[in-house]
Amino acid sequence: MSGRDSILGTIRSGLGRGELGDADKAALEDRIAARGRGVRPSRIDLDADGLADLFVDYAKGVDMSVDRVASMEDVPDRVADYLTRENLPANLRVAPDPSLDAIPWEKRPTLTVTRGKTDGSDEVGLTGAFAGVAETGTLIMRSGPEHPTTLNFLPDSHLVVIRKSQIVGSYEDAWDKIRDGEMPRTVNFITGPSRTGDIEQTIFMGAHGPRRMHIVLVEDE
Amino acid sequence: MQEVKTGRFIDNARAALDDGNLQVALTKMKTGFVDRRSEARARLPEFDQIRDQARDIKNHTLENLDYYLERFERKVTEQGGHVHWCSTPEDARQTILAICRRLDAKTVTKGKTMIAEEIGLNDFFEENDIEPIETDLGEYIIQLRKEPPSHIIAPAIHVLKHEVAEAFVEKHTERDPNRSLEEPRELLDEAREELRQKFLDADVGVTGANFLIAETGTSVIVTNEGNGDLTQTIPKAHIVVASLEKVVPTLEDASTILRVLARSATGQEASVYTTFSTGPRRPDDLDGPGEYHVVLLDNERSKMLGTEFQEMLRCIRCGACLNHCPVYNSVGGHAYGWVYPGPMGSVLTPSLIGVEAAGHLPNASTFCGRCEEVCPMRIPLPKMMRHLREREFDSGLGSQTVRTGIRMWAFYAKRPRLYQFLTAIKFRILGALGRSKGRFRRLPGAGGWTKYRDFPAPQPGGTFQSQWTAKDGARRPAA
Repeated sequence: MSGRDSILGTIRSGLGRGELGDADKAALEDRIAARGRGVRPSRIDLDADGLADLFVDYAKGVDMSVDRVASMEDVPDRVADYLTRENLPANLRVAPDPSLDAIPWEKRPTLTVTRGKTDGSDEVGLTGAFAGVAETGTLIMRSGPEHPTTLNFLPDSHLVVIRKSQIVGSYEDAWDKIRDGEMPRTVNFITGPSRTGDIEQTIFMGAHGPRRMHIVLVEDE
Repeated sequence: MQEVKTGRFIDNARAALDDGNLQVALTKMKTGFVDRRSEARARLPEFDQIRDQARDIKNHTLENLDYYLERFERKVTEQGGHVHWCSTPEDARQTILAICRRLDAKTVTKGKTMIAEEIGLNDFFEENDIEPIETDLGEYIIQLRKEPPSHIIAPAIHVLKHEVAEAFVEKHTERDPNRSLEEPRELLDEAREELRQKFLDADVGVTGANFLIAETGTSVIVTNEGNGDLTQTIPKAHIVVASLEKVVPTLEDASTILRVLARSATGQEASVYTTFSTGPRRPDDLDGPGEYHVVLLDNERSKMLGTEFQEMLRCIRCGACLNHCPVYNSVGGHAYGWVYPGPMGSVLTPSLIGVEAAGHLPNASTFCGRCEEVCPMRIPLPKMMRHLREREFDSGLGSQTVRTGIRMWAFYAKRPRLYQFLTAIKFRILGALGRSKGRFRRLPGAGGWTKYRDFPAPQPGGTFQSQWTAKDGARRPAA
């Protein structure tokens, strides 16, 4: 008997039944299709402005810095200022994400912008995000041709440009948007820079992923 | 399988209590996890409601486990991945080895996985000339020190920073032996540099899974370092090793349980990285593994269904029961002698390796009940440890002294008149002898107690039962 049959057999005998009948299976499929939600934190019962503020509060609470700007036009200046402030190189690896095409990088000629995936040598990466979750200040990234996953992890500093209209209340709200398309290979929920407490419970940033994260939130509504 | 040393719990525990470094390390952990969990819980008023729902989700899943596992497999296959059903640790090891051989793998990076510990994967890789590289900082430290983890979420919690520095000086031989490694930051930076190249060079990446999602064929890992993500994204193949009870029906169900997981574990609102992986990289993707395998391990778990230990399969490995356990806090994780320490280990280990092999583990509890109180999945751990003690007694295990003691007590307990008569006599004698001081520093037959603390002398007024009877109109339950 294969491992599969033997395991399923033991499970069924433990549960005191055979394979489920068609009606039972249909009921389980209905449960899946219903996408039933559990209790969500009441703190997300807010309008769009409230959710954006909540997102920013929680993001800052997990050591991300946040810049709020009026439009994509403002992004190059804010990014350049941030890099100067943090004493970082002015070379940016930017995800080949069409939603970032609207950033007029030429406004700051001192910035060197390269689009595409990273080989691990880039110190600063900039990506978009699929959504921001106000509940915990979490960024959601979908892998795909516009967003290589390694860009979320290899550069020392990770900058993220997100529009206010992308901010949702809960994880479940984000899943509904993700499921409008195909499940990608990877969905990353990112809540702050990489950290570890593995040496005597002292928390340090930059264990293996980025040491710092900076969000530029574009008020597009 | 990882070597079993559970039979030596009492000796291990004695040695642990005398280990100065370990006691310093345990003191450092005591308040951190507990305070942070309690603060996180206070920040989410819905916490207990969500716990109930999380429990119900897992109960529902376990009752339909066969269906959800088959559905998970179907979805993984549709996405171009593979599910391997493995009854035993040996099946799992051979399956993983076959994949690595086919890909001609020389090095394998690993995210944190307790299942890999359970099947003894690192030793097996080394026996087969494949280099395993642990990438979680804590796991990396204990791999250098050639030790097993001592905590399910903080594997190197027993190690002090100067011991980390010693391990780094010994193993990172290409570096200046006189470099400064005083500060944790210096240690972290060195580990980051060492591991970065390993991530880029690895042939295969192995991770565990916190959840498997039947709806989409997705596996989920939850980490803070990002090591699991580099492990599973860069190499040619991503192998997930997961035990079969990790499955949940939907993405919503996983989201509900995630809300109690991080808060119970580290007291974070959310862990830094929660990553949902579905199949191998897609044709247009710019990175990601070319192959995606899920090695689904049973290892005796399916036999827990329908028994008094079925509820243990709800466990999400948050570690809260370890953090809140006075026994774990005193002796650390290694004393337990196998992969899973603390209350959850005391219940799970006997089911996986047998009551006989697990020895004293179910006795490693004061029954204070904190583990059940903080368990996000509301697993009745003390009740299960009682079941195991009964099994231990019924199968004639345990020391002769304890067995005789229990038998004697049972004899009297079943004869209430005799019991009351004898306790009344004992009460009077002890009361008379101890009246002057109110306590005993030594007592024949109770040396195990009086070695560490005084034994209080009975106060005047009779035994509890006689006082109870004497109370007018005492509501005694009907016989």
